[in-house]
Amino acid sequence: MNKILGIGWKEVKLAFRDRAGLILMLLAPMLLTLGLGLVTGSFNRSSSPVSGIPVVLVNLDRAQIGNAIVDTFASAELKDLMDPMLVSDAASARKMVDDDKAAAALIIPVGFTDSIIPNTSTGATGPLEQIELYANPTRTTSASVVKTILEGFLGQVEVGRISAETSVAALIDQGLIQPGDAAQLGAQIGMQQGVGLTANPAIALEQSTTSGSAAGFNALAYMAPGMALMFLMYTVSYGGRSILYEKQHGTLPRLMVAPLTTSQILGGKILGVYLTGVIQMLILIGASAVLFDLNWGNPLSILLVVLSAVFAAVGWGSLIVAFAKTPSQVANIGSAMMLTFGILGGSFFSVESMPGWYTILSRITPNAWGISSFSTLAAGGTLLDILPAVFALLAMGGVLFIISVVVIRRRGLFQE
Amino acid sequence: MNSILEVHELVKKYGATVAVNGISFDIKEGEIFSLLGPNGAGKTTTISVLSTLLAPTAGDAMIGGFSIRKDQLAIRRMIGVIPQELALYDDLSARENLYFWGSMYDLRGKQLKTRVDEILEQIGLTDKANQKIKSYSGGMKRRVNIGVGLLHRPRLIFMDEPTVGIDAQSRRAILDSVKSLNAQGMTVLYTTHYMEEAQELSDRVGIIDHGDLIALGTQSELTMQVGERETLVLHVGELDAPEEFVERLKILPGAEHVQRTDHEISINTPKADELLSPVVALSNELNIKLKSVDMQAPDLETVFLHLTGRALRD
Repeated sequence: MNKILGIGWKEVKLAFRDRAGLILMLLAPMLLTLGLGLVTGSFNRSSSPVSGIPVVLVNLDRAQIGNAIVDTFASAELKDLMDPMLVSDAASARKMVDDDKAAAALIIPVGFTDSIIPNTSTGATGPLEQIELYANPTRTTSASVVKTILEGFLGQVEVGRISAETSVAALIDQGLIQPGDAAQLGAQIGMQQGVGLTANPAIALEQSTTSGSAAGFNALAYMAPGMALMFLMYTVSYGGRSILYEKQHGTLPRLMVAPLTTSQILGGKILGVYLTGVIQMLILIGASAVLFDLNWGNPLSILLVVLSAVFAAVGWGSLIVAFAKTPSQVANIGSAMMLTFGILGGSFFSVESMPGWYTILSRITPNAWGISSFSTLAAGGTLLDILPAVFALLAMGGVLFIISVVVIRRRGLFQE
Repeated sequence: MNSILEVHELVKKYGATVAVNGISFDIKEGEIFSLLGPNGAGKTTTISVLSTLLAPTAGDAMIGGFSIRKDQLAIRRMIGVIPQELALYDDLSARENLYFWGSMYDLRGKQLKTRVDEILEQIGLTDKANQKIKSYSGGMKRRVNIGVGLLHRPRLIFMDEPTVGIDAQSRRAILDSVKSLNAQGMTVLYTTHYMEEAQELSDRVGIIDHGDLIALGTQSELTMQVGERETLVLHVGELDAPEEFVERLKILPGAEHVQRTDHEISINTPKADELLSPVVALSNELNIKLKSVDMQAPDLETVFLHLTGRALRD
């Protein structure tokens, strides 16, 4: 294991001592992010690369909270971000999502309000009802924004409910009200604190911002990971190129007459490329957070996305090496792949605004999964929201590694 | 003396091309053994197979009792390989290169540091140890290249034409270092196409040509193979009728293996002094100006010429 680590660390040192490489690994993505940010006016925090998200609303509740949710999504503050459509039944709403006409459907069940707000005369709440979020799996970022707005809203309702309960209990304890009046008073307080927010949409938007949904959704939060992931493809192809370069320049044969197995050499090389990619991504994320004041989201979740995205990217880099014969071939194919994946995977524009086939095709790229995950986290998403993408990236990397190793062994890349 | 290396009918083919054609020899512990032969003779392929870089097509070799077919890792721990081409990381310093390569040979911690310092001292680069390799001269790079191969104190060192393309001073330093390593008890397999290097360094020499080991022995044993033959070397300037002169030399009584290079004509002969007179007479007849004439005792070049009909550097 020490030898694998030794080879890996040597790869990292060589990668970060190559000035031309550093320009492409770190400077270019930062400058492109900066340039695109300036061109698109993204340094104005109100702008967003994701806009007009089609969301279908089914309000079967037709009471205070259900109506308030509909009003929130149709509010002037969310006019640019959301494109709500009201339909009368859940089946139609789900079909619209299935047909890729909407990013998500929100189905508010009958009795949802009653399940939260106690009846003013009995003081009892109805049976538990839950809102159904029917998300489009090909529009994870948009669906995540919808979910985040809804969660922000429901969080505020919960705050109102708890406030009401606490206030009423305190009033009863102090003998200021009779227990018989508690239900009516609690409902009033709850409405004022929770649902009452819809009377003042500015407050609703502010609450949403506090939860991180709107603040993170700066265009730069989309462009920065887009550029970082695109230039990650350069790094992995550079790393892959080093195997063939070392073969040509004698250091690989020298390694092969040292007491090492080919698996140790290959493992060390791949580890080196992987570590280089991870360090590159972390530097870019850290630098963009500081320089562009970006909120990337939960650090641990970000780290998980970085680790899995780099794993998938290194898989692609290994595949190039498996089939290329010379370092220059790797460089050419790597550059072509970097640009193709950048365009296809959404590094320059959101793939969610593209036709369905494009969106599906984009999923062969680490960029699409990575950007989607980073955007979700920047929009306030949680670890659970990005797990499918993480698994997809790990699976992609795993499959590509297996193919690469088989091809490399068949080709006898480690034979003179 | 025990043999540290025993080669048995070793064959290496690349498709239909036979690079090494069933060679057999052994190297005694503490010996300097040279494989002497022209470019393309099969020297590097032989070293590549013996160092386990290449798998043999047929035959086997035992190094310290381990087979190159079955015990590659054990052999790699025992040998040091100094390749013909520089095999270093240009963007790392000499010290970093040595640390990296030392760690590949299981050296760790204080032992690694001590050994790196010793090697830097030995190759005379302690003062410049932290400079990147790419800032070094060719000779300095060569010294680091050799140092890497010595880090783990190998019992047997393979040196593949280590003096190719370097200046005379660096070449001298390398030859001295080979002798010094040998004096420390290391066994050396040295390949070269320079007859002078093989003569200066070797306890025994194997002459290889077209993948065949055509002669093997000490220098005196080898020169005895050509009998009492000497070499008459004619140093000529611009030749007005070179072909005719060479053809006429070939039919002079006692002349064997007449070989012409740009400004030299070598004649292998049993009695150089007896041949001298007719050679001078012929040059006068053809109006060819001889700048000088040397009479040389038999050497490895003579042996090679005798065995192959060609000069080593052809």
